[in-house]
Amino acid sequence: MSDIASRIEAANAETLRRILAADPVLVDVIPAHEALPRLREKMILHAGPPIEWARMCGPMRGAITGIAVFEGWASDLRDAEAKAEAGAFQFEPNHHHDCVGPMTGMTTLSQPLLVVENRAFRVRAYCAINEGLGKVMRFGGNDDEVLTRLRWIRDVLGPALGAALRDLGGVPLKPLIARGLSMGDEMHQRNVACSSLLLRTLAPALARKVSDPYALSAVLDFIGRNDQFFLNVAMAMGKSISMPAEGVKDSSIVTVMCRNGTDFGVRVSGLGKEWFTAPVEMPQGLYFPGYTIEDANPDMGDSAIVEVVGLGGFAMGAAPAVVGFIGAGPASRAADFTHAMAEIAIGSNPEWTIPSMDYAGVPTGIDIRRVVDTGVVPMINTGIAHRKPGVGQVGAGTVKAPITCFEKALVAFAREMGVS
Amino acid sequence: MSVVINEVRRGLYLDSVALMRMSREIAALPEVEEAGLMMGTPANKEILRNAGVLDATGEAAAAGDLVLALRAATKVIADDALAAAKKLLDQPKQQTESGSSWKPRSLRAAMTLAPDASLALISVPGDFAAAEARKALSLGLHVMMFSDNVSIEDEIELKREARARGLIVMGPDCGTAIINGAPLAFANQIPRGRIGIVGASGTGIQEVSCLIARLGGGVSHAIGVGGRDLKAEVGGISTLQAIDWLDEDPDTDHIVLISKPPAPSVVNAVATRIGESKKSFTVCFIGAAHTSLHGDARLATTLKSAAELAMGKKLHAHTAHVGKGAARGRFVRGLYSGGTLCAEAQVLFRDAGVAVASNAAIPGVRKIASGDHGHLLIDLGDDEFTRGRPHPMIEPSVRDQPLREALADPSVGVILIDLVLGFGGHADPAGHLASMLKGRMGEGPIIIGSVTGVEDDPQPLAAQTRKLEEAGVIVAPSNADAAALALRAISD
Repeated sequence: MSDIASRIEAANAETLRRILAADPVLVDVIPAHEALPRLREKMILHAGPPIEWARMCGPMRGAITGIAVFEGWASDLRDAEAKAEAGAFQFEPNHHHDCVGPMTGMTTLSQPLLVVENRAFRVRAYCAINEGLGKVMRFGGNDDEVLTRLRWIRDVLGPALGAALRDLGGVPLKPLIARGLSMGDEMHQRNVACSSLLLRTLAPALARKVSDPYALSAVLDFIGRNDQFFLNVAMAMGKSISMPAEGVKDSSIVTVMCRNGTDFGVRVSGLGKEWFTAPVEMPQGLYFPGYTIEDANPDMGDSAIVEVVGLGGFAMGAAPAVVGFIGAGPASRAADFTHAMAEIAIGSNPEWTIPSMDYAGVPTGIDIRRVVDTGVVPMINTGIAHRKPGVGQVGAGTVKAPITCFEKALVAFAREMGVS
Repeated sequence: MSVVINEVRRGLYLDSVALMRMSREIAALPEVEEAGLMMGTPANKEILRNAGVLDATGEAAAAGDLVLALRAATKVIADDALAAAKKLLDQPKQQTESGSSWKPRSLRAAMTLAPDASLALISVPGDFAAAEARKALSLGLHVMMFSDNVSIEDEIELKREARARGLIVMGPDCGTAIINGAPLAFANQIPRGRIGIVGASGTGIQEVSCLIARLGGGVSHAIGVGGRDLKAEVGGISTLQAIDWLDEDPDTDHIVLISKPPAPSVVNAVATRIGESKKSFTVCFIGAAHTSLHGDARLATTLKSAAELAMGKKLHAHTAHVGKGAARGRFVRGLYSGGTLCAEAQVLFRDAGVAVASNAAIPGVRKIASGDHGHLLIDLGDDEFTRGRPHPMIEPSVRDQPLREALADPSVGVILIDLVLGFGGHADPAGHLASMLKGRMGEGPIIIGSVTGVEDDPQPLAAQTRKLEEAGVIVAPSNADAAALALRAISD
């Protein structure tokens, strides 16, 4: 008994060490076909654990048909739907390719991807560029406006960002996040500080690298108008931090949490690449005028990777303005959520601290044993998509990770440890 | 026809989250169809337009302006809703009480709040108690297990593990402890003093510690060990540990040991340990016939005599309240909330040669049979009365029905009751009992009782005693005295 416990403690300490030792740097933006060696024609990477077309939710289907048209694999949305139905596309999770994507999380060959290199471990993780607010593909939008914007991101924004980042030699993200936390961001629902800090860093390099003043203006305007621009950077960073933490024998620490609008999926360090899934829950939150919970789709996206590394719901204490999203409790209680998440984390991050909590580090390293033991599940800050394809975002809120995932994982973990 | 109404506040920026909350509040007003408070960015205006709440006023807003837009059934309702929205915008920010509302859900998290904590009190359903106790031990905490329904195998394993770690498990089913002056679970506000108590019985510890206090003494520590600790299987692990500690404790001069009669093998181990001690002992194995002790140890047969021996003083007994043979009915009916108090009463009856029956019979006392009509001493804290209900110390109404029956029974001459005060107990047990006895004018059985408590308890002793006396109860200075008075009342 105590021998097994001490093996787990030692393994978890190693997992936590790897998470905390990370040195993530935003180094480049390159097309997905260059970044992901196993990505092929008519292969569509999506958010969450594996799922087939038949079980996909409305917004996921909307995004699939949109991206198929965008890539030229279908003449229009209808054609794309027929082809998807007929099995013309191959679907795989982003996480199978060192990649993440918000909400529907579409990743295909021609999209430019943010590249975050974890220099401490020489691994790279990827995420597409944030499309902005309103009608966008990550919320299932797929009309001309959406596709036109994606083309501009591919042809103008992506190359500009890549050139600027190479010119700068990369932007170290750990100190940037630390400043963002002190400015009220938690890097999931609120990225206004980090987006601004990043733009401030990038702007001179963009000016050097983008010769057309109209293109430069458009790039600066696009980033400047999008408070959530940094989210996708934070996600790629989260993936780059958690990748070296995967596969530590005997470790019960969560390395992936993600959702595809149908299932919630969890991976655990000591259990390698195995997925533990359960039906995903509805987010609780606030809706834009004209929408109610009746319109909402169950939760989606790989963005919960930021909670895996101690941000988002775990860093709520840093972001009192976000607390209102859960629709209960005043902003002054923000720290309560971070305290609650500390119950299921094995440590905290001394470099990412929360000033109003006397500089306590964000809780880091979710232990499936503690989740099942306490019944406290990870809280994830999230956006809410319309359940129908093509409509887009209708609100924002929080979602609780279903405890069933953790129970299933714990049973498998016990078996792995030789405990019946 | 619905009415759309917009207002624009130029240059007022508010966080979108705050605005969404206000929007929801306004939209929820009766007959308001839709409402949106948003900054006037093109994207937001599009949302408002699609929701059918944007008019020309709102259309003209710039990105830095706040748009209040709503649609309602009539102009009057729309105007009222707009006024409400403006009020929400303009009201001073609500001040909530400072400080965190966060309560830890796990022992480990609680330890981060109280890093110097040394003891965990576990009060969860029995099925989960052993697991929580194991966690507490692994965190280096002593354990008081208030929970019952813990298997004896778990108890043995936990106590062995604790001993190996230099920790103690008090319990399971440990109702009372006082550690470093802190009353835990059901305990009284006893002054600190130089007498240590080790007890396998909660109400036994309470009665002895209260009588010590009334005799002018105090308690260093009262360590509960749980009702099964002195069984052969457990072997008195916690009792022996507790004796070790009190033996070493410079603030303890004398040690009182209270328990039901232990298993013979355990008596030997305990007696041997007492013989090795440098301190003096009073041992009260309630209901035991004969016990041989070694060393500086005196044997007490009742809780009262245990307190008196420990203090070297006698409690004032004023038995003049009850005349010899004063009772009209022939029999005594004891209705006890404290199990050990019920046992102590049985000792007095048994040793006086008066045949008595109990649902929790001590050695030499008959177990109650159905239709039994003699002297009956009933432990109302026993499972048959508390299944699915709180213990009578928490909820005194458990005694109501048996009390009504006894009051109406012409064969009952004396009703014996106890009242246990202290932390964890009912806020006003005397008041409850008095309300049951209202309107009785010297008819029926004599009611004799005692109050286990001290003046500093949450229910002060004197006030509780007065309420009982005003309700016609004869209040004895101790439970043993109450039983003695009952015997006197029925004697020839």
